[in-house]
Amino acid sequence: MSTAAEPLPAAAILRSPGYWVTVGRRFRRDPVAVIAALVVLALILMAVFAPWLAPHDPLQGMTLRRLKPPGTEGFPLGTDELGRDMLSRLIFGARISLFMGIVPVFVALAVGAAIGIVSGYAGGWTNTILMRTMDVFFAFPSVLLAVALAGALGPGIFNGMLALILVFIPPIARVAESVTTGVRTRDFVEAARASGAGALLIIRKHVLGNVLGPIFVYAMSLIAVSMILASGLSFLGLGVKPPQPDWGLMLNTLRTAMYSQPLLCALPGVMIFITSISFNIMTDGLRSAMDIKA
Amino acid sequence: MTPGSGDEAILDISGLRVTFTGGPRPVRAVDGVDLKLWRGEVVALLGESGSGKSVTLRSILRLHPEKKTRIEGGIRVQDVDVLRLKGRALADFRGKRVSMIFQEPMLAMDPVYTVGRQITESIIKHENVSPDEARRRALTLFEQVRIPSPARRLDAYPHEMSGGMRQRAMIALALACNPQVLLADEPTTALDATVQVQILLLLRELQHQLGLSMIFVTHDISVGVEVADRIAVMYAGRIVEIGSVRDVIRSPRHPYTIGLMSTRPHGGRLLGNRLPAIPGSPPDLANLPPGCAFAPRCPHAGEVCGVSAPAPVEVSAGHWVRCVRTDLTAKA
Repeated sequence: MSTAAEPLPAAAILRSPGYWVTVGRRFRRDPVAVIAALVVLALILMAVFAPWLAPHDPLQGMTLRRLKPPGTEGFPLGTDELGRDMLSRLIFGARISLFMGIVPVFVALAVGAAIGIVSGYAGGWTNTILMRTMDVFFAFPSVLLAVALAGALGPGIFNGMLALILVFIPPIARVAESVTTGVRTRDFVEAARASGAGALLIIRKHVLGNVLGPIFVYAMSLIAVSMILASGLSFLGLGVKPPQPDWGLMLNTLRTAMYSQPLLCALPGVMIFITSISFNIMTDGLRSAMDIKA
Repeated sequence: MTPGSGDEAILDISGLRVTFTGGPRPVRAVDGVDLKLWRGEVVALLGESGSGKSVTLRSILRLHPEKKTRIEGGIRVQDVDVLRLKGRALADFRGKRVSMIFQEPMLAMDPVYTVGRQITESIIKHENVSPDEARRRALTLFEQVRIPSPARRLDAYPHEMSGGMRQRAMIALALACNPQVLLADEPTTALDATVQVQILLLLRELQHQLGLSMIFVTHDISVGVEVADRIAVMYAGRIVEIGSVRDVIRSPRHPYTIGLMSTRPHGGRLLGNRLPAIPGSPPDLANLPPGCAFAPRCPHAGEVCGVSAPAPVEVSAGHWVRCVRTDLTAKA
């Protein structure tokens, strides 16, 4: 009780470890999440170093060796319906699949979170106008909306991506808005105002700090959805065009071999499954690591 | 209006009216409050729910939503005209000149930041010091409010602290920038009885030590008596009686105050007797009677009471009562 008079020990002045250091430490305590994160990392590395890892040219096929089962000599995962090496195509396919999974979601996260937080914090008319606009987009089934947009914009990876971004903005904005509205009326926002914080500081510190976690986790769960939607677009000829390797596209073109080579046909699906479940588990671990209240 | 203190009031509220215009009908929650707070003085605002005590307090920091609230009258903190402040100036005023202790510290602190960080941020916001210096000051504050192992507690999140410790941290946060006026909005209501006493003692001690001027809102008379120099009793948006603790407690002159005092479970009350209660219920603020708001419940009410709102009468030095029939309420 009488420590006030004594000089403070130097260690007491040291600043606490930052938020992200704490989150990192908590994340490492969850072995499943760490494994999932490593898988995600491996997939990303695989995509980046595809040209060095792939044993064959993913585009070069030969009709003589069509639909070889996995385990064939020289083609460890077999060949597809045009005689192209499956392993090489799966490795190269990671590039487009991951790209189409991650990039649209992050762009949509930035835009959607901004829209949601602004309308949630401002309330009133601003909220009504922004959120009703979002609701219009929200009213369409996401696949239909993506198809319609990609169809209107014309085929191609970029347009497909744009369509996906537009599809993901409304749900992210909706989540951001509801969380922000919840935070805005909390006492600590008023307390922050009472101690002199302006609107910008409140949004930056108190709203973002409380809102970003839930939105981020939600957006991460959309990555798998985005990958699958992108493959759907590719199948309809609105996204990736053959012969480019894309897991979704491969899944769809190998459909015809479902009865002759079921294992082969399942491979791209397995990759999509591994990727999406790894992302989900990693996100889950990240969420509990970020939730310091737990 | 008060004995002693030769210098001018540190906080001067005059003719304050607060009207909420958000609902279907405007509601006048505060209707003509005059209050001077002297340097180093504690005034307890006493009243039941909806009497306008918290609204008065929040008006001093202008915490009401601007668009849905009309504030009339004057609030001055020394040379600052609070109602004229805008933007930056208002933000600089809040927390620096006047700061506030909230009722529920768990809700009033951001759950995603450590307590220390919230204090240092407030210091850095107002005083442009280095983070290390701010942290050093936060540590000193934690010692001042007597939080055990303060260095470790600075890095704790609000949910990791006990109720009493959170309220101590809240007090530290309020004192972070050496405010001249401290507003306390029922700071002990959310705490259990033993902790309440500790927090009250701490507040009184800090107030003496730092020479703080303080407005303390409470609905608990005994809490008011514990900390205050003067008590102001509010009813339906007006201060109906104000005076030194001694005057108001020993010889209340407003029928409402008299009623309040007699409802306390105190003294030699006989076992088995019912506690007296004030008949009726507080008036609807959107629909106040023209005269004295307490008249419909008042045992002394006569015809005069329904005519116009009574003006304050000074019954003894510094003891003012808004009642026209003080002759009837004087002790026999």
